[in-house]
This record gives sequence, C-alpha cells and structure tokens, in this order.
Amino acid sequence: MNTNNSNIPHTGGTGGMEERLWNYIDGNTSPKEKTGIIKLLDSNAAWKAKYKELLEIHQLIQSSELEAPSMRFSKNVMDEIARVHIAPATKTYINKRIIWSIGIFFIVLVVGFVIYSIGQTDWAAPNTTTDKYVGKIDFSRIFSNTWVNVFMMINVVLGLFLLDNYLSNKRKAFRKT
Amino acid sequence: MSTGLNDNEMISKVLSGDHQAYAGLVNRYQQYVFTLTLRMVKNREDAEEMAQDVFIKAYKYLADFRGASKFSTWLYTIVNNTCITFLRKKRPDIHSLDDDKMFELADSQDSGFRANLVEQKSKLAMINNAIAMLNPDDAQVITLFYKAEQSLEEIAGILGLEANTAKVRLHRARTRLKEKMETCFAEEIKDL
Repeated sequence: MNTNNSNIPHTGGTGGMEERLWNYIDGNTSPKEKTGIIKLLDSNAAWKAKYKELLEIHQLIQSSELEAPSMRFSKNVMDEIARVHIAPATKTYINKRIIWSIGIFFIVLVVGFVIYSIGQTDWAAPNTTTDKYVGKIDFSRIFSNTWVNVFMMINVVLGLFLLDNYLSNKRKAFRKT
Repeated sequence: MSTGLNDNEMISKVLSGDHQAYAGLVNRYQQYVFTLTLRMVKNREDAEEMAQDVFIKAYKYLADFRGASKFSTWLYTIVNNTCITFLRKKRPDIHSLDDDKMFELADSQDSGFRANLVEQKSKLAMINNAIAMLNPDDAQVITLFYKAEQSLEEIAGILGLEANTAKVRLHRARTRLKEKMETCFAEEIKDL
C-alpha cells in the first residue's frame, strides 16, 4: 500500500493521489505517511485542490441522513417477536465430544491402515527391485495423458493459490508487528 | 424502557426473559438497519420487510451473540446476509452494470430523483439521492462507514472480506459517488 512509500515526495497519478488523500482523510495513515501528505499539501497546488475536493465530498457524505421506517415499525417487530422464541445458543447443543469422537475415529482408521500396510511389507526382501525399475519408468507416457495433465495443472494452480494465501498471511502478520 | 442501558445490558435483560427490553434495541437501530436495507434493495416496502426480518432473526439467535464484536456489527452482518438472500431470489430484476438497459433504467430513476430534488432542493437530499443511485454494494459500504460508524475492519467482517479489500471497495464507492454527483447533480453542486 501507499503507506510504505510515504517518504517519497512524488505527486503520483490522480488515482494514487486520491487513494492516499482518502487514507489521510479517514485517518488511516501512519505518522510517516501523514507527515509526507501534509508536506505535499503545503507545497503542491494540485494536491491541495484535490484534498479540498475530497474533503467536501467526505463532509457531504457525513451529512447524509438516515432513512426512517414507518411509524409502526417497532410495534410490528415486537408483535412478531411475541410469536418467536429465542433459540438456545449453538454452543449449548453442539456437543464438542461428538465432534472429537468423529475426528478420533477417522484418525484411528487412517493410522490403522498405515500400520496394517507397514505390517504387510516384507522387509526381508531385497530392495534391488525398486532400484531396478525406478530408472526404467517412462514418465513421458504418464504425462502424455490429457486427464493426467489436467489433474497436474489443477494441482499446480491449487499449489500456487495456497502459496499466495500463505504469503499474504505472512505479510499481514509482518505488517501487524 | 431500557433506553439508558447499553446494548450488552439490554441483551442480558432480553436473554433473562424481559422480552420488552428488545424494543430498546429495535428503537436504537431501526433507522440504521432500514437505511442499509433500503440502500441494498432500493424499495421502501421491501426494505421495511427486510429490516423487520433482520430484527426477528437477531432476536431468535440473540443467544448466539457472544459479545466478541459490537452488537451493531453482528446486526449488520445479519442485514448483509438477509439482503443478499433477498437479492438472489429477486435476481431476474437485477441487471449487470455492463448492461445498456441498466443505464437506461438508471437514467429513468435519475429523472425521478431529479424531479424529487427540485422539490427538496437541499444538499442533504442531493447526497441521499446520489447514494441511492449507487449500486447496492457501493451504497452499502458507504452507509456502513459513514452512517453506521463501522471501522474498515468491522466492515470487512460484515461483508466477509479482507480489510484491504473493504478499503479498496470504499475508495471505489466514493469515486463512483463523486462521478454520480458530477453527472447527475452538476447544477446543484455549483450552487453549493
């Protein structure tokens, strides 16, 4: 965001200028950015004019009025409410023990399969077979299939999406500190 | 009446069985809720029905309000969800902004608003009409920020967005409002 380049005394395009000025008007600027904008407002006529224009809009929006419902609104709501009962809080009827039990059941199931598979492995057999065949696998044949390629493409896109999510979370955490 | 109490105190009273205490909350928030629903559905009758529905839902699920956010923020989340459901059901009436017919419709609405404006002739009416002409998303974010006094983080929570996205949406909404005012109320702006 613009808060990072506050010390650069550039005037920027109208879009950048507007965004920075809105942030300044809303009070969403860092002290550094605020000082930078105050300097620009003192020295640059274009910034000053834009600031005046945006401030007028800001004050106009602030002066807008709330709409009022009909006079009977409150009574109508209270009449309707008389027929309704407050539902118990969700946490009172969602039993955490049941959720934990389901989770534990699936974990036990997966772990059981893994242990069973490991148990079935013949550890005494020589491992030369894998060495012998790994080198002979023709990967070009596997990836020539359209469905496999589509599947791999989806995986790559999902991977990029997760990476982006992870990086944006990191960036957010970094900004907070 | 429970007008001297704060939101949480009123909620406690309602939850402990004093259902009439809910009237205090309705009175306190009815204009905010109605303004938001009106900005989204653009029709007073539907908006009032929507607002009523919001208060009934809020009452029904009041026990689920844990006080982690302000009551108003929680209430506006219900407003947003209720209006979205309503607008989805009424989808055939909703036009894309890229649709030429949408502009014709907006023009005809503009003429209506302008006719109304001649009578009211005030800057408050002008700004209210300009906001009413915006698309529901823009009108909603402006109303939440300026009238419902929600922070960008709270708006993000209500709309299910990231705070930065809410900020961008607010900037864009204000830009569109400015354009609307310049194109539809150029004469009135000169008089200000």
